[in-house]
Amino acid sequence: MPWEGASMTNNETSPFAPGHPDRAASGAPSSTAQAGPETEVGLDLAVEGLRKSFDGKKAILDGISLAVPRGQAVAIIGSNGAGKSTFLRCCMRLIEPDSGRIALLGENIDHMPRRRLRRVRSQVGFVFQRHNLVSRLSALSNVIHGAQAHHSGPCYWHQALAPKAVREQAMHCLDRVGLAHLARQRVDSLSGGQSQRVAIARALMQRPRFVIADEPVASLDPSAGEEVMEMFAELMRSDGITFVFTSHHLDHAISYADRLIGLRQGRLELDGLAKAQDIAVLREIYE
Amino acid sequence: MTPVSAPPNRFERPSALTFLFYVLALAFIVWSFNNVGVSIPRLVDGLPNIGRILGQMFPPDPSRLGPISLALLETFQMAVVGTALGVVISLPLAILASRSLSPHPIIQHATRSLISLFRTVPDLVWALFFVIAVGLGPVAGTLAIMLDTIGFCGRFFAESMEETDKGPREALTALGASRTGTVFSAVVPQAMPSFINTSLFSLEKATRSSVILGLVGAGGIGIELKVAMDLFLYDLAAAIIIAIFLLVLVVEHVSSWLRTKII
Repeated sequence: MPWEGASMTNNETSPFAPGHPDRAASGAPSSTAQAGPETEVGLDLAVEGLRKSFDGKKAILDGISLAVPRGQAVAIIGSNGAGKSTFLRCCMRLIEPDSGRIALLGENIDHMPRRRLRRVRSQVGFVFQRHNLVSRLSALSNVIHGAQAHHSGPCYWHQALAPKAVREQAMHCLDRVGLAHLARQRVDSLSGGQSQRVAIARALMQRPRFVIADEPVASLDPSAGEEVMEMFAELMRSDGITFVFTSHHLDHAISYADRLIGLRQGRLELDGLAKAQDIAVLREIYE
Repeated sequence: MTPVSAPPNRFERPSALTFLFYVLALAFIVWSFNNVGVSIPRLVDGLPNIGRILGQMFPPDPSRLGPISLALLETFQMAVVGTALGVVISLPLAILASRSLSPHPIIQHATRSLISLFRTVPDLVWALFFVIAVGLGPVAGTLAIMLDTIGFCGRFFAESMEETDKGPREALTALGASRTGTVFSAVVPQAMPSFINTSLFSLEKATRSSVILGLVGAGGIGIELKVAMDLFLYDLAAAIIIAIFLLVLVVEHVSSWLRTKII
């Protein structure tokens, strides 16, 4: 494995391994070449040989392989166009990779049927660079949308239709991000930092095991950015979630991550413990 | 002071093909004028007739104000019910017709074609069809307005949903929401101002249409107007025309006011 710090054991089934139920069901051949990472227990994300290009041009991702154990905080750094966002989207199959294999929360999601993929996604909170909230709706309605991870139906489309228990749960999530007093406010009247906190509350509504954040503070001022990163750190401490985020802020990457992954032109250039990194070496990733 | 470089020509010199297109377009317009027979002498000859009819129209005859008001109310009710039904049916059709939301390209093309059919066939033709199918009266007119509304709203609803920000939809997809949940939670709320705007325009359009539909027996005030004109009761016709004008004016003003209040 590229990263030597992940704690793994050899005694359970790999999400890519020949005996895994997904592979048995798909009837895929069990050649050694297709067997995945050797030690996968407790891995929330395992990726092998991930490739992606757009319109047949130069590869945005060029054979990325890595694994993230449960409870770890991982920062992905790299210059614009290095493939960070594409990598995160491929991990959720929001973008289909050209080749390579992905296991999310221990399940191989390559070619997974849409319904089962939705079940896996429901346990992963994804926070976007631009909060991606419905700006015309209230903060409360947006947070209630998070309940669609586990339920479906009109009750979860708008706060006015939601059952009492769901509304209370959403208020609790807003309370955790310190915005319960703005529950009725429309999102387009909130500041960038407040909107990003509502997006985090929406992710909390999912009760996620794993949170992925794509440059969550890129559109925020330094103080709001610091607040949002603190919030993620607090979630990791209190809920023990796994956290993978991309950032251009090297100080955030070093302060809030256990491990740093550097991408350059779609290739894995760096993988190591965050505290052990020299800032000058990290800057080279951006050159 | 001498300019460093000469300014470009005011007009670009057209290519031979463009020039040919302009000439053909101009020739077609001239030919069309010739074919429909619009001429100044004919207009001048018609002026005394116009003056005579206008003279007989004034003062308008208010004697049938009661029946006119009832017919006007029926006309407006046809417009309201036809628009309401059309708007409700348009929403699911627009989702199926939208490029980014339709479950399959074949369904998308089929629904688009159906909406185009409703839009391209004039409402008067639909009214004739429904008069034969369900008989004379406001039901035929209402159904004609409904189809016309679907043709209008279906297209604009689909386009407004296609233009919404994809971000919220991606966010809900990422958290495992169903396709229906994603559409109704992320896409419809974003497109709502456009839906309201289009629906109000549709109501204005339906109010104008419902007046004409009466001419073919599909209910509303149109039949009153036709009878008055056929019997040369131009003063009564003037009263009906003024009533129609007031109805359309009120609907347009109220819908403009609603637009500013709701959106």
